[in-house]
Amino acid sequence: MAVVDRINAAVRRVPAWPIYPVCALWLAWVFYRGATGGLGVEPIEALEHEYGAMALKVLVVGLAISPLRRHAGLNLVKFRRALGVSAFVLVLAHLAVWAVLDVQSLDRIWADIVKRPYVTVGMAAFLLLLPLALTSNDRAVRWLGPKWRRLHKLTYPAAVLAGVHFLWLAKGFQLEPLIWLAVISALLVLRFRPGRGARPRAAPTQG
Amino acid sequence: MARRWTNDLTRDDVTPKSLWLNRRQLIAGLSAVGAAGIGGPVAAKSDLEPNTWEEITTYNNFYEFGTGKGDPAKNAPAMDTTGWQVTVDGLVDNPGTYDLADLIGDMETEERIYRFRCVEAWSMVIPWNGFELADLLAKVGVQDGANYVAFETVVRPDVMPGVRRRVLDFPYVEGLRLDEAMHPLTLMATGIYGEPLPNQNGAPMRLVVPWKYGFKSIKSIVRISLVAEQPPTSWNKANASEYGFYSNVNPNVDHPRWSQATERRIGGGLFAQRQDTLMFNGYDEVAGLYEGMDLTKFF
Ligand code: HEM
Repeated sequence: MAVVDRINAAVRRVPAWPIYPVCALWLAWVFYRGATGGLGVEPIEALEHEYGAMALKVLVVGLAISPLRRHAGLNLVKFRRALGVSAFVLVLAHLAVWAVLDVQSLDRIWADIVKRPYVTVGMAAFLLLLPLALTSNDRAVRWLGPKWRRLHKLTYPAAVLAGVHFLWLAKGFQLEPLIWLAVISALLVLRFRPGRGARPRAAPTQG
Repeated sequence: MARRWTNDLTRDDVTPKSLWLNRRQLIAGLSAVGAAGIGGPVAAKSDLEPNTWEEITTYNNFYEFGTGKGDPAKNAPAMDTTGWQVTVDGLVDNPGTYDLADLIGDMETEERIYRFRCVEAWSMVIPWNGFELADLLAKVGVQDGANYVAFETVVRPDVMPGVRRRVLDFPYVEGLRLDEAMHPLTLMATGIYGEPLPNQNGAPMRLVVPWKYGFKSIKSIVRISLVAEQPPTSWNKANASEYGFYSNVNPNVDHPRWSQATERRIGGGLFAQRQDTLMFNGYDEVAGLYEGMDLTKFF
């Protein structure tokens, strides 16, 4: 049995649902550390960054699942919905910290969205993810049929916008956001290049 | 010529060392004092209470040592500041490369408790030790024709990861107009809370210009030049539309990245409320320096 098949077989025994409680516990744990001094002397900014950085990571991992199956035969599709929903929850937490703890007032929230390009771009990414999170359930998959697949391609522009958001908010010349953007671009290219072998187009997978 | 200037933050606001080591102790100490009925000026001016040593020395922007706020505290201690030399050149009577002790050893240092406002819209209150830049300039002798003072930070790639990654076009450079440099508020700091300046705060000597955004207050200075023309400044070179030469704290002129109308005092924890930012960071006495200037244009 090839390594990939063995991994695929092992993965079949691992449930996807624990991703949700792990995500929730992580959010609570980092918040607790912020509230008790564990994130340094400026916990608001630290929390905003922790949540934003984790959101990006989970988003990119979720994005890698299609290319991994297509080009490496690795089937992690069963985790995709949980990862996507978790990424959205992390972005929502990031947005909530920004709005409630950081900016603190509605007129300033609106002013920042309109005036600060990196916030505008982040907000656009969030808005693209919103319909995806709302349709990440079996009922929506059935209801939308083939449209569901098309709708969920929005993950790609959302991820690109998230990468641009990170690049734009970095001051001076910083490598990290460039690396993330490169990874996102590479995943995009792999996603839309035909895979090796004649893998039939799979039926719409959940998530 | 020290002690030309006093403000509403005085010696009484400086917290005893046993207290500034830990804010929680400080707060506990204050309530104990209050309970005993001797509530002093510190308790009365809680909004101007200096930040703790920990806050001042672990939350820093010093991009030579990395872009994270904790990077300077982590990486800067590797810098050896013994044998520090400062070059003084340009339009001065006594140019030369000086051992720091020869240049400033005879300066009378005093304590100045200043508000410190970062362009990123956070702020602290810091009890600096230092002397007025004007005194240093008097010592080296400013010649006619000098209109600006330019400063340069040390570059040590071996201990500065941010320099190796070229985060900015190093060396970091900054500048002031001569009248700004001569203003009695403008300080050369060598210490905080009576202790020598930690490396992450700009050891062994840094500029402090309390009415300007923090990035103007250049750290770890190795060159001071008196020049005729406005000198280049690092953030302005990196992004001229966002960072001007003057960079006075001004709640009415927004920065493209941050509204400057409000700020967050470091030390308030996860639920700290924003407070209004004051024109010139509250140092109205400098307003005369900018009379007739359009501060939305000269931001
Ligand atoms: C897909 C959505 C988003 C992702 C993946 C994301 C990711 C990130 C990342 C990675 C950072 C930098 C963290 C670091 O430096 O360690 C960040 C910072 C930030 N994000 Fe987002 N973000 C998203 C949406 C938003 C939204 C909707 C807002 C607000 C409307 C927002 C506001 C901010 C702010 C204010 C910062 C900090 C900027 C600073 O350091 O000054 N983000 N985000």
